[in-house]
Amino acid sequence: MRVVSAESLEIRVSDDIVLVRQAVRKRSVALGFGLVDQTKIVTASSELARNTLDHGGGGRALLELVDNNTRAGLRITFEDQGPGIPDLDLALTDGYTTGNGMGLGLSGAKRLSHEFEIWSKPGEGTRVSILRWK
Amino acid sequence: MERIPILKMGEFLLVTIQIDMHDRLAMTLQDDLTAQIVKHRAHGVLIDISALEIVDSFIGRMLASIASMARLLDADTVVVGMQPAVAITLVELGLPMKGIRTALDVEKGMLALRGAITEAGKDGDASGIR
Amino acid sequence: MSSTQSKLPEIFDKREQKITAQWLEQQQAAGRKLNPAERAQAARLSGEFVGLLNAAVRQDNSGEISGPAWSAVRDFLVSLSTRRVQDGYSPSETASFIFSLKQPLFAALREEFGSDGKVLGDEIWLATLLLDKLGLATVEAFQKTREDMIMRQQRELLELSTPVVRLWENILALPLIGTLDSARTQVVMQNLLDAIVQTRSDYAIIDITGVPVVDTLVAQHLLKTVAAARLMGADCLISGIRPQIAQTIIHLGVDLSDVTTKATLADAFDLALRRSGHKVVRDAAAPANAPAR
Repeated sequence: MRVVSAESLEIRVSDDIVLVRQAVRKRSVALGFGLVDQTKIVTASSELARNTLDHGGGGRALLELVDNNTRAGLRITFEDQGPGIPDLDLALTDGYTTGNGMGLGLSGAKRLSHEFEIWSKPGEGTRVSILRWK
Repeated sequence: MERIPILKMGEFLLVTIQIDMHDRLAMTLQDDLTAQIVKHRAHGVLIDISALEIVDSFIGRMLASIASMARLLDADTVVVGMQPAVAITLVELGLPMKGIRTALDVEKGMLALRGAITEAGKDGDASGIR
Repeated sequence: MSSTQSKLPEIFDKREQKITAQWLEQQQAAGRKLNPAERAQAARLSGEFVGLLNAAVRQDNSGEISGPAWSAVRDFLVSLSTRRVQDGYSPSETASFIFSLKQPLFAALREEFGSDGKVLGDEIWLATLLLDKLGLATVEAFQKTREDMIMRQQRELLELSTPVVRLWENILALPLIGTLDSARTQVVMQNLLDAIVQTRSDYAIIDITGVPVVDTLVAQHLLKTVAAARLMGADCLISGIRPQIAQTIIHLGVDLSDVTTKATLADAFDLALRRSGHKVVRDAAAPANAPAR
């Protein structure tokens, strides 16, 4: 799989979540996603951007247009140097919440994407990656 | 600072959400709305989200909060105008949206609110919410 | 990895026309009989390809076909494959367009380097590697075009097989025929929700008489569809619950308590009419079975 183009966005304040949504929308429109597919990936990005801000203390979003010879896709990776998630399995369970509804964001984003990857280490940070193929 | 306008429509209040909401705006809306419900002794709130292309769990929680607060103030809430793509995504996202009543548009929303009030009048409790 | 550069550019310089002519003969010998128009087209395509090959090899003689100098050749192979798919050729027939070039190319190499065994051996090897890569690229392009075509046809089929019917002013019916997988559910939800918006319907009846199997997944898809319709302010009823389906649903522990279900579409329609305040009344004055005006 190769990366055709990439764009990085800072997530520091809540206005940045709106900017991430707009950037993801723009990319998915350019890729030719249908309206429902656009809505799914923008919503998933919104969830994860909010997590990055609320639970990760801020971070970055990396938007990548990818290609694997048969089809094109949009991958967004959210990264923070926050406290990390101690129990990933638990966090990905539906309805799990740390009191701020974080669980729904992760499992929801997973359901809305074709591919989902998460890496987290308590004390080091978290990296979540979602991908939607055209 | 920008505020979301709240219109009085008879005994109901109408809120039209048109822009990408950020946290401050959401908090301000909840404050303004509760104040207006009390001020006008409104029995119903219509929240028009027909301009929203994205409803994530933050907006979902905000809508649920508004519905709960309104309920405490004896007002029903109906969310109207959800876009099809948003509805499909919300269902996939798994957002429960429990306790939030929905209608196709403002007109049907008002019918629903009036119906709920009639029901409430009949048996003394406003259990119009699904 | 050998850094020997092939001498193909020289060969093409000297013998392009002869190679093209011999190649055409090869193609016609191997393939089916062509009419004059097809023969003319084959001649044109072959000439074009050898020309592109010549230009590419001259610019980039590394043996790889992924570089920018080879993009015209790659584009040619893609458009050739696309046409072949549409014309009903098989992948082998399409690839043999490339592979049949080996014979005339080797013949040219033998004429040029026949006296020097080692050089001839190297050249034939490099030419083989190159043509194999081109042949494989052709097959891949063929596969991709075919897959795209199949996906497009599947999408069209999905669209056609999920009609939404307007039973009354504000009552829609969605008769599902066949399996309900996740791809179909997306189309079903979109069609249903668009119809709810357009007709401003308050009720949607999903009839599953034609759904052969209802397992946990299908039940989940149904529940999702019901939930989505609700968000649009429409009440959903599910009809066509056969006795076996009812048993399966209970055994699976699927919670349909939130949804009104009926055995038949007629029952569901009747209920929706009543819920929306309608009553069906026989006109006492008209005789039974009189022709409708």
